[in-house]
Amino acid sequence: MSKRRDVWITGIGLVSSLGEGLEAHWAALNDGKPVVDETGFAPYIVHPLPKINFDTQIAKKGDQRQMEPWQRIGTYAAGLALDSAGIKGNKDILGNTDMVVAAGGGERDQSVDGAILTEIEKQPKPDVFLNEQLQSNLRPTLFLAQLSNLLAGNISIVHGVTGSSRTFMGEESSGTDAVRIGFSRIAAGTSEIALVGGAYNAERRDMLLLFALKQLAKNAPWSPVLANADGVPTGSAGAFLVLESPEHATARGAKPIAKLSGIWSERARRGEDGAVEATLATMIATARGDTAEGTAILSAASGAPEPTKAEALVLGRAGLPVRSVTDRVGHGLEAQMPVALAIAALTVSQGRLFPPLAGETLEKPFDAPLKRVIVTGVGHWRGEGVALVEQVD
Amino acid sequence: MASYTDKAGRPIVVVTGMGLVTSLGQGKEDNWAKLTAGKSGIHRITRFPLDSMRTTIAGTVDFLSESGRTAPDLSEQLAQLAADEAIAQSGIGSRGNFPGPLFCAVPPIEIEWPQRRILAQEASANGPVTYDDLLRAAETHDHGNWHERFLYGSIADHLADRFGTRGQPISLSTACASGNTSIQLGVEAIRRGDCDAALSIATDGSVTAEALIRFSLLSALSTNNEVPEAASRPFSKNRDGFIIAEGAGALVLESMEHAVARGATILGVVEGVGEMADSFHRTRSSPDAKPVIGCMRAALADAVVSPDEIDYINAHGTSTPENDRMEFTGMSAVFGERIGSIPLSSNKSMIGHTLTAAGAIEAVVSLLTIQNGRIPPTINYETPDPAIPLDVVPNVARDAQVTRVMSNSFGFGGQNVCLILTGEPA
Repeated sequence: MSKRRDVWITGIGLVSSLGEGLEAHWAALNDGKPVVDETGFAPYIVHPLPKINFDTQIAKKGDQRQMEPWQRIGTYAAGLALDSAGIKGNKDILGNTDMVVAAGGGERDQSVDGAILTEIEKQPKPDVFLNEQLQSNLRPTLFLAQLSNLLAGNISIVHGVTGSSRTFMGEESSGTDAVRIGFSRIAAGTSEIALVGGAYNAERRDMLLLFALKQLAKNAPWSPVLANADGVPTGSAGAFLVLESPEHATARGAKPIAKLSGIWSERARRGEDGAVEATLATMIATARGDTAEGTAILSAASGAPEPTKAEALVLGRAGLPVRSVTDRVGHGLEAQMPVALAIAALTVSQGRLFPPLAGETLEKPFDAPLKRVIVTGVGHWRGEGVALVEQVD
Repeated sequence: MASYTDKAGRPIVVVTGMGLVTSLGQGKEDNWAKLTAGKSGIHRITRFPLDSMRTTIAGTVDFLSESGRTAPDLSEQLAQLAADEAIAQSGIGSRGNFPGPLFCAVPPIEIEWPQRRILAQEASANGPVTYDDLLRAAETHDHGNWHERFLYGSIADHLADRFGTRGQPISLSTACASGNTSIQLGVEAIRRGDCDAALSIATDGSVTAEALIRFSLLSALSTNNEVPEAASRPFSKNRDGFIIAEGAGALVLESMEHAVARGATILGVVEGVGEMADSFHRTRSSPDAKPVIGCMRAALADAVVSPDEIDYINAHGTSTPENDRMEFTGMSAVFGERIGSIPLSSNKSMIGHTLTAAGAIEAVVSLLTIQNGRIPPTINYETPDPAIPLDVVPNVARDAQVTRVMSNSFGFGGQNVCLILTGEPA
């Protein structure tokens, strides 16, 4: 990756099971108590979103009704990010803001599906029955609430971000690559300001089904993922970052929260022994450079057994203080890298690391001043992502 | 001695390989012959029962081994065939070793009805079936391969394995502009100097009964069912919706310097890419067409050319009442009075709307148009719409020297991306 100029993080919008906004997250991270629902989706655990007043970022109820929860979470978090950057409602800037969103798909109408599945095998012509039921019972607008690129579409409509709009899919990697493309364009001088991020609604059985097919959904009770990788503890979350060139930010009097110094996306050959470990170790070495001083690692590990064991092994050898983002907010799939980057930027801006969690044996106390955070995330099935977030001098 | 940088001082991005599959057939040769003969690939759907369906026609690809399997299975096969053709033509790298990243536009992916039905039967619930029953069946039966198949990233991942592209592939969607976005990402990466070559693929094999119903419920589809070949009528007064279709397009992009150094044949140049999002509505374009106008102008500015230098437009031309009118309004603003005399055609009149794949397929057809000096027609143009007077190259192909094409793609969610393509650099 060629890098020609700095990229600042000038806005952060973050919602997760720990709350909403940077202050709430900093308090909760220091409190050290994850918020987990161990019964609502039994036998699985999820990190649920707290009650959010969506009206404060999505003024029109009509807009809210057109969205599925994942889109509301994302549109809300995007609004928080624009507020944080001080560009909310600034048509001139939003009309030139480049957007890259990491997204999956929306929730199905589970009651329609259930009703069809209850009756379909009793029908003389099951396929005809299916088509009739779908035509009568699917809400026409549900399709739009499911399409991946309609999170970006809703952000354009609600917040007026229209410079450009791209949506990446592909699970964890899409989050890394969404940030990477926004970053690369600003670094190369072809973009001045970008809104990048993603959102995930964990509180849905149709998404758990995808993990359950490979027995990858985390069962109750909660346990720390790096010490005991036995499933993906999904978490509802939305995170957006405003990335900006120093020139553009300075010209409008905006201050950086932190600097995004690099972000790398790789694809280890998972079938080969040690491939994930070798890939991740090389990426961390690149991000780390020649200094370990004031540097910590935040892990966005998925919790899926094999890749998370590999990630934990490499983190154990890195010789840097480690904290697991996933333990604290769960795993938000496409949104996980943006969430971890938001927490990384928050942490370096505070200049110190939050305390370790009991039971997560890789986490050791660290009281020295903190200047840099390396974020790692090994996808539950594919893709390795690493980023470096630093204090701005 | 040609310069390797463009007027803006960036590396020139050339196309050295192209491939496509549509309902008309597999490969450039077959498609080009049929497109210039004005043949339609639209036909009665046979993949699922049509009882009670408002639309019974489509441009499905029915001649492949994965046709009628899951959307990701067919989409992957379409992509693979298009990329096989593009890479073979390009001669780049070596077998299974493509020297650059993959940008792959893919359709929506989720577990489908056959899988849900199997899980429901395995769960053998006593009462009404719920997702808890499906979850229980998933945990206790061996369906691990469905997990991978229904991940958004799996199509691009399998293609990355097959073609040996570099790094983590990017799977993307900008709805019906996705094909152009897959090219745009490759162009940007090469211009930034991140890579010397990129593989851009856009694929869509997602015509399931539910997909058809979803678009039908949005009233987006044509119901001109009687004569399938005559249903897609871009820019005609009696157009009534688009025809859902399948296909894939693939392009090998390279820096000109890289292509020349290895002695590759240059098929064309991606001179410019423009993009602008629309904040008006989830499915409708801003009535003043400002975002589309901004998008076209951004593409011209990126290519550093004036509207006068465009001599053919490969229109988005979906055959919906609204798109074609809005596209006309946008083009009129950009091209002024000249718009009535610039030849313009919609490939969708013959192959339908291949959704995710459309931009890449139409980019390939645009370059074939330049290469062959022949413009494919807009078929089914029997009743011109007086409100949108255009030279749509009606019904029969036309021989013409074409040097520079604008190719438009617009999509749900306010997505607009335009490409400026030319032939071999001077």
